[in-house]
Amino acid sequence: MDNSQNIIARSATTTTPPQVRGHVDEVAKLIDVSKCIGCKACQVACMEWNDLRDDVGECHGTYDNPTDLTSESWTVMRFSEYETQEGNLEWLIRKDGCMHCAEPGCLTACPAPGAIVQYANGIVDFDSNHCIGCGYCITGCPFDIPRISPKDQKSYKCTLCSDRVNAGVEPACVKTCPTNCIEFGTKKDMLARAEKRVGDLKELGFRDAGIYDPAGVGGTHVMYVLHHANDPNRYSGLPKDPRISPLVGAWKGATKPIMSAIIGITAFAGVIHYMTKGPKEEPEEHAGHGQDDTPPPHSLGYDATRPRGEDR
Amino acid sequence: MKMPRDRLIRYSPLDRANHWTMAMVFVLLALSGLAFFHPAFFFLSHTLGGPVWARILHPFLGVVLVLLFYAMAARHVRRNLLGENDVQWVRQIGDVLDNRDEKLPPIGKYNPGQKLVYWALVVSIAVLLISGVIMWRPWFAGYFPIPLIRFASLLHAVSAFVAIVTIVVHVYAAIWVKGSIRSMTRGWVTRAWARHHHGLWAREQEEAQHREQQP
Repeated sequence: MDNSQNIIARSATTTTPPQVRGHVDEVAKLIDVSKCIGCKACQVACMEWNDLRDDVGECHGTYDNPTDLTSESWTVMRFSEYETQEGNLEWLIRKDGCMHCAEPGCLTACPAPGAIVQYANGIVDFDSNHCIGCGYCITGCPFDIPRISPKDQKSYKCTLCSDRVNAGVEPACVKTCPTNCIEFGTKKDMLARAEKRVGDLKELGFRDAGIYDPAGVGGTHVMYVLHHANDPNRYSGLPKDPRISPLVGAWKGATKPIMSAIIGITAFAGVIHYMTKGPKEEPEEHAGHGQDDTPPPHSLGYDATRPRGEDR
Repeated sequence: MKMPRDRLIRYSPLDRANHWTMAMVFVLLALSGLAFFHPAFFFLSHTLGGPVWARILHPFLGVVLVLLFYAMAARHVRRNLLGENDVQWVRQIGDVLDNRDEKLPPIGKYNPGQKLVYWALVVSIAVLLISGVIMWRPWFAGYFPIPLIRFASLLHAVSAFVAIVTIVVHVYAAIWVKGSIRSMTRGWVTRAWARHHHGLWAREQEEAQHREQQP
């Protein structure tokens, strides 16, 4: 968490977060999948800058290494071998990691105040110091990105090097990429650059080339240039129309105030009912048994007019 | 201890111990669960020693509640099936709420309102158990697909809502109907109470006592 004064969204918070230093441009990372050579330099740079050292895994017969994101591998190259209808083989390599959605599902689902924040520049950051380890961010994320560490039960993901960006430098993966496949700048600039690249790809014959900046999550601050933007799924399951699941929307949306209110109203109705209708009591069965001012037997738990333990 | 003549036993010591253990566990579960449900209730996570401890303990407490609840529920199924005069009692719900008890038909050990509480909890606690296991990190959630976890999360919230509203009604009914709380703390009710609120049960108990005294 590197800037506590330009937060535009804060998890589990119903008031306005501190955002006076909000006069900043939205940033974006642009990943041109058509230029990626799968060297994994970005993975190494990510480890190095963020001081992460994941366990050495095993080879699963693919180039994917590690085979999945983990709490200590915030970005991985995903390799897929796609056979086209014409019988050509396409080797599609996608750098996977947090997309930094404008409408982040993780932040929507998170129950811990301030554990997930969104800065004015669009970066979605985990303040793991406030994380409680419930995993709701995993439930909320449309891209299956956050991972809980088995060591500390806290959730982790790519920060878009928020610490570096805050100091005015590009993320570590961008700095290290040898083919300039990963670029970084304002979202506006990156969109312009992406459009130019899409035009070039179309000229090269990729008719379906396009930008991946999915509107279902309000756009993202990590974008792809895809040669087959009509079918993002072929890039190791990149979702075509990602959005916060309606189940998560219902769970963390309308049900919260409605169900909370009904619980309160039920308790309040009880108070009003008692005050207007009074308690439900049985009539005295032994009318005239004692003096008029004798308390009814049940109010004391025993009949005060008789010695205890004595049979009538 | 011999029970004085004007009293009837309603809840055994085991029932009472179980009930109040469950009551404490339920309150802790509801408070910690609400903390994860709505930011307005987040401070309630401190009832279990802070938000992280609440996340750790809540599911284990849930398992304790499930064990205690179904151990009790199984023993009381028969008393909670639809009984004589139940339908008529429900038709006269207006008289029930207005305390016009003299107009009501005699009812068994539990009235239809109590039976509704019983069945609402039987169902909602089962759903809470199943959905809760699916959401339970770090132990079980990893074995389930994320779309299923989403569905379980919503179900867990809705069934917890049903359970909490049910318990609010249950607690209010206990405060409303004088003598109920004593029956669950001390175990007995007066004969007058039993005849008035649960006429069929009172008759059944009294007949049983007569048979014991005159073999």
